[in-house]
This record gives sequence, C-alpha cells and structure tokens, in this order.
Amino acid sequence: MATVTDDTVTTDTVTGDASPARGPSGAGPPDPVPPGSGGPPPPPPSSPSAWWRAERVMPHGLRVAAWLPLVALVLILVALVWKAMPAIRFNGFGFFSRSVWDLGGAYSPIVSTGGIRHPQGATYGAWPLIVGTLQSSFIALLLAVPVGVGTALIVVEKLPARLSQAIGFFLEVLAGIPSVVYGLWGFVTLGPFLAHHVAQHVANVMPNVPVLDFFRGVGPHNTVGNGTGLLVVGVVLAVMILPIIAATTRDLLRQVPRASVEGAVALGMTDTEAARAVTIPWVRSGIIGASVLGLGRALGETIAVAMLSGVILGQTTTSLYGNMTTIAATIVSELDAAFNDVSGLAVSVMAELGLVLLVITLIANVGARLLVRRVSTTALPVGRGV
Amino acid sequence: MPRGAALSAERRPDDRRAAAAAAGSSLRRRRFTDRLTWSAAGLCLVLVAIPVLSIVIGIVGRAVGNWHWSVLTTNTSGNGGGLLNAIVGTLVLMLGVAIVAGAVGIAGGIYLAEYLPSDRGHLLRGASEVLSGVPSIVLGYVGYVVLVVAFHWGYSLLAAVIVLSILVVPYVTKTTEVAISGVPTSYREGAEALGMRSGYTLRKLVMRPALPGIATGLIVALAIAVGETAPLLFTAGVSSKSPTGALTHSPVGYLTYYVYNGFNASTKPGQIQAADAALILLVLVLLLIVIARVLVAVTQRYSPDRRQRMGRAPTVKAPT
Repeated sequence: MATVTDDTVTTDTVTGDASPARGPSGAGPPDPVPPGSGGPPPPPPSSPSAWWRAERVMPHGLRVAAWLPLVALVLILVALVWKAMPAIRFNGFGFFSRSVWDLGGAYSPIVSTGGIRHPQGATYGAWPLIVGTLQSSFIALLLAVPVGVGTALIVVEKLPARLSQAIGFFLEVLAGIPSVVYGLWGFVTLGPFLAHHVAQHVANVMPNVPVLDFFRGVGPHNTVGNGTGLLVVGVVLAVMILPIIAATTRDLLRQVPRASVEGAVALGMTDTEAARAVTIPWVRSGIIGASVLGLGRALGETIAVAMLSGVILGQTTTSLYGNMTTIAATIVSELDAAFNDVSGLAVSVMAELGLVLLVITLIANVGARLLVRRVSTTALPVGRGV
Repeated sequence: MPRGAALSAERRPDDRRAAAAAAGSSLRRRRFTDRLTWSAAGLCLVLVAIPVLSIVIGIVGRAVGNWHWSVLTTNTSGNGGGLLNAIVGTLVLMLGVAIVAGAVGIAGGIYLAEYLPSDRGHLLRGASEVLSGVPSIVLGYVGYVVLVVAFHWGYSLLAAVIVLSILVVPYVTKTTEVAISGVPTSYREGAEALGMRSGYTLRKLVMRPALPGIATGLIVALAIAVGETAPLLFTAGVSSKSPTGALTHSPVGYLTYYVYNGFNASTKPGQIQAADAALILLVLVLLLIVIARVLVAVTQRYSPDRRQRMGRAPTVKAPT
C-alpha cells in the first residue's frame, strides 16, 4: 500500500539551523502548520522578536520529535530486559533446548531456586516455539517468494499500465487487510479447504519414510485435522507477506535501466532470457532483502498464528498438518494464564520470549535493510512492511 | 540469433542457463521456454488475486447473510449484540493515533529531511528502522508491564494510543522525510534569495507540495493501526460501553477484539458478531486505501511536472 520508493537523496537541501533573519517578509494568514512544529502564525512585520523566537524554537521542537523513536526503542529494550531478568536466571541456557512447558501447579507452594521465586515444578523450554516460528516462516517464504517475484516481473515487463495499477491495488488491499481478518479467513475458509481437499490426498500418497513422512498426517491414523496447524499457518503467512515481497520487488525492477534489458533483447535473447541474464541479477540482493523483510513480518506475526496454529506447547510437530505454536502466538495466548502465577515468573518468561523474538526479528530486518541499501537508494516500506 | 546470446553469455560466464540456451537449444524451444515462463508469471497474478477475492467474498458473504443495521447503533451485550462501542472505540483510537503519531512522526520527518543531512543522523534513522521491525506483540507486552501496571493506568485509551503510535511513528517519519526531500531544492534557494526566513520557507513553500505525500503516509499508518489486535489486547482491554473520554482507568472496546473473540465461537450470535466486525474492518481499511490512492492520483494529475521530479507513488510510474 502506497509503497513510497524513490528515496530521492538530497544532500543539498539542508537549510541551516535557525538561519539569521534578513528583514521582514510577507506575513500571511495562518497555514496548516504541521502539528508539533510549534510555529505560531506569523505576526505583523512590526514585531520581529516573536518571529525570532519561533525561528529559534522550532528546530529544537522538531529535534525532540526526531529523537523520540530512539528513546522509545531504548526504553522498550530496558523494560524487556528488566522484566526478563528473573526468567533468564531461572531458565538458563536450557531454555533454548528443552521441549517442555509447565507453569507449575496453580496451588503448589511457591519455592525459591537460586533466589528466584517460582511455583513448585515450574519448567520452561522454548525449543518447540523457536522451531515452530522458523518452520512456519520458512513455509511462508517458500510459497511467497516465487509468487511475489513472478508477479513483480510480469507487472513490470508485460502488463499495460492500467492492469498493473489494478494489481497494485490488489497488493495494497492484501497488505491492508488486518491480520485478525486473515485469521478468521484461515479458520473458516482456507483451513477447512486445505484439510478436506488438499492435505488428506497428499498425506495418503506419502510413504512412511524419513523426510517424506513429514508430509503424512498425525499419528497412526494419518489424520490431517480440521483446518488448524502448521500448513494453514504457513499458507496464511505466505499470503500476508506476499504484498511486501511483490511490491518491493516491483519497485526495484522498475529501476533496472531499460537500455540494458533492451540491449539484451536486441542481441537476440527472448524476454525470459533477458530477465534471467539482466533484470533479475540486477536486483538480486534487493529481492533477497525484500524476502528477508517479509520473513521479519512472518516471524513476528501474532494474532493470525494464535488463531490458526492450534497452540500446542511443549512439543514440536512431526507432521506438516500438526498443531504447533510460535513465539509470538504463545505470548498472546498464554499471557492471560501467566497472570495467575503469583510468583510472577510466568510473566517474566513471556518477557524472555519477547526478547528472543525481538533478537530473531531484528537480525532479519537489519540484514534485509543492509542488503537492499547496498544495491539501491530505494526506501523499503517501513512500518508493518506495508 | 544464438550468436547474440553467446555474446552475452561470454560477458556473464557465471550464467550457465544463458550459455546453455546459446549452445544447444533451438529457437522453437527457447520460444517455448519463454511462453512457459510468462505463463507461470501469469499464474502468479492469479495466485495474488484468489486470496483477495476469497477473503472479501468470504467475509462479506458471512456477514451480509445475517446483517442487521442495528449492529451499527447498539452496544455489545453478552455474546452478541451490536458493535457500536467497538466502532466508536476504534475511531477514538484512530483519532488518538492520528494526533500523537501524526505530531511526532511528521515533526521528526521534517527534522530528518530539513535539518539533518543524509550523511548524518544514522543513529536516528537506524533507530526508526529498528523500531519498525519490533513485533507488535512485544510492544503490547511492554505497554502492559510499563503503562498498564507500573504506571497504574489500567487498561486505558492512553496506553493503547501510545503503543499504537510507537508502532506507526517510524512509518509516518519515513514517508514525511521522503515527501519533503522530494521538494525541489530550487524552491528553497529561491526563497533564500528572496530573503525569506527558513521557518517561513518551510511552512509556505516546502510543506505545501509535500502535504499530499505526508497525508498519504498518515492514512496508511492509520490503516495499520486499525488492523492491530495483539498490542491492544493487553493495553486497551475490553469494554462493552462506548469510550467515556477518560484517558486512563477506562478500557476501550475495538473491532479487532470482537473478531478474535468470536472467530471460534460455538454460538451463532458470537460467529455473526465476528463476521460483522471483520466486515466493518474491511470497509474501514478499504476506505482508507481508496482515500490514499485518490490523494496520490489527484496530486499527480494536477502537477504533471512534479511527478517526474519527486518520483512519488511509483504505482503509476511508467517503466521507462
């Protein structure tokens, strides 16, 4: 949606901080002054002192606003680490390898281990959540990248302007649909469709051998469920990240110099060969960057996954159709239960999960931005990857 | 023909496919491959269109069959009822985000574009980008433990608006910066030459052409905010009454909650409520997208020369 690209670099548009006044200039009626810029309407030329003050103060007000995201980021990190500290000390490194999720009994006594108060029997392990997060995001990428790149290619190379505008509108709608609506759609439409018309057929023909048995159903009866689980989550995530990948790739492809592509065609290449030899290599790292950006969105997606994964804690799924969960979905679906832990450890564990998710997502996001920036000045869509 | 391909293959020795195409295959086979590739790309278009249509038709179909206009005029009661409280709550949240994120984001964007050369300010721009990658549930969690609990605000409008604003401020900042950077330097130089003060130049000459771009960014940010669920669950709480106007200690109802709440409801009223809420959300988001698009289109229609200089909204740009 409105992917603002073409980051026109302007090194030369810098007006100095509070440049000196050079005499009265025409004072007009008050304008739609941007909120926060703090400039009062221009007074009559006879009172230059008020002018002076507005000129002097405004850059400082703007600077405060520009620093706020950094301040917010630091505060978020501090708050997360502060809340996660007890859990980090309690769980240790085993947190990343254990496959168990036990809050301890609701009425069991609160005991203290290493100075951390916790209900007796509490054990936490994030391995299934980390695996689930990576599995679902991997499926999403596997489906969305070819479709996204294909869409971008045909939109830029073949379609007339009007039609590519229509496709652009479809992509914007896809990007704009709230994730909770994706969840509802996955639950009532896509999930049942996949379970009844696709998954069962695939599961039935797959032999029970290593690797391929991942595509078989759950358990001895080869069941594929009724529309929740890893496959549905992966497909819905793919649809959600598709517009990011397609729109970013499309904007990158538009920057490929036409002369090079036309030269390739003039040398006798077919359009496909020109695309393979010239266009795609030109934007290759940009496409990787766009994909990783989509990956960042898929890793952090919460509510749709919580609705569709059939949240299973403490075990990894052995089947493509089995119920699972991700880090983000666990936080949103288990936080209510965590409040019941009077020792506060469960809430702290959520902070540790948040920290793990944050680190994984940041690595993906920063990596993507560095990759894309290296090839072009195109501004990636910021925000929720819209 | 093959000679041309061979030439290019020599220049790009790493591309084995092109070399193979040059060496052996006949023209007919290459044409066939060409058709096949573009057919596959066409299939991708279909794969983009199917989910859009399926979602829109599916949600509309579920909601319209049981639609009552009273949904828009009555409050939630029990497991069903209307959605007036949620609609008002969502609109109030939008207004709050527009004020907070709009003020901070636009001011920050102006600062980055006008007062900070692009070779400086890596820290601020980097922080903004990193912040935009923070998963929304993490923001919701931090909002809960800090604003709701530590500050004793309780589930409240203020906590929800602040968390949503943190979510979208990087986007508003970026679009503002890009829009302002697109205003030609000659505008500023001319103003400087005429002796105008920098603040006056900014307000009168720079902001005006940049305004549609900034407004589009803000609208898109609102669309993002409207669709959020996870961060609101633990900051806005739940309420079956319309917002009271109190900033703290007063939970706010919102549309996405009722979709999440009723998506697997066992009772008919709950299911209907979820579908209705989803439909209203879809309409709201579509409306915002259309407004943003119209804004871009109108701006470009009435300033044909600006389009090339500013390079805004690449959706309409010809691939030349």
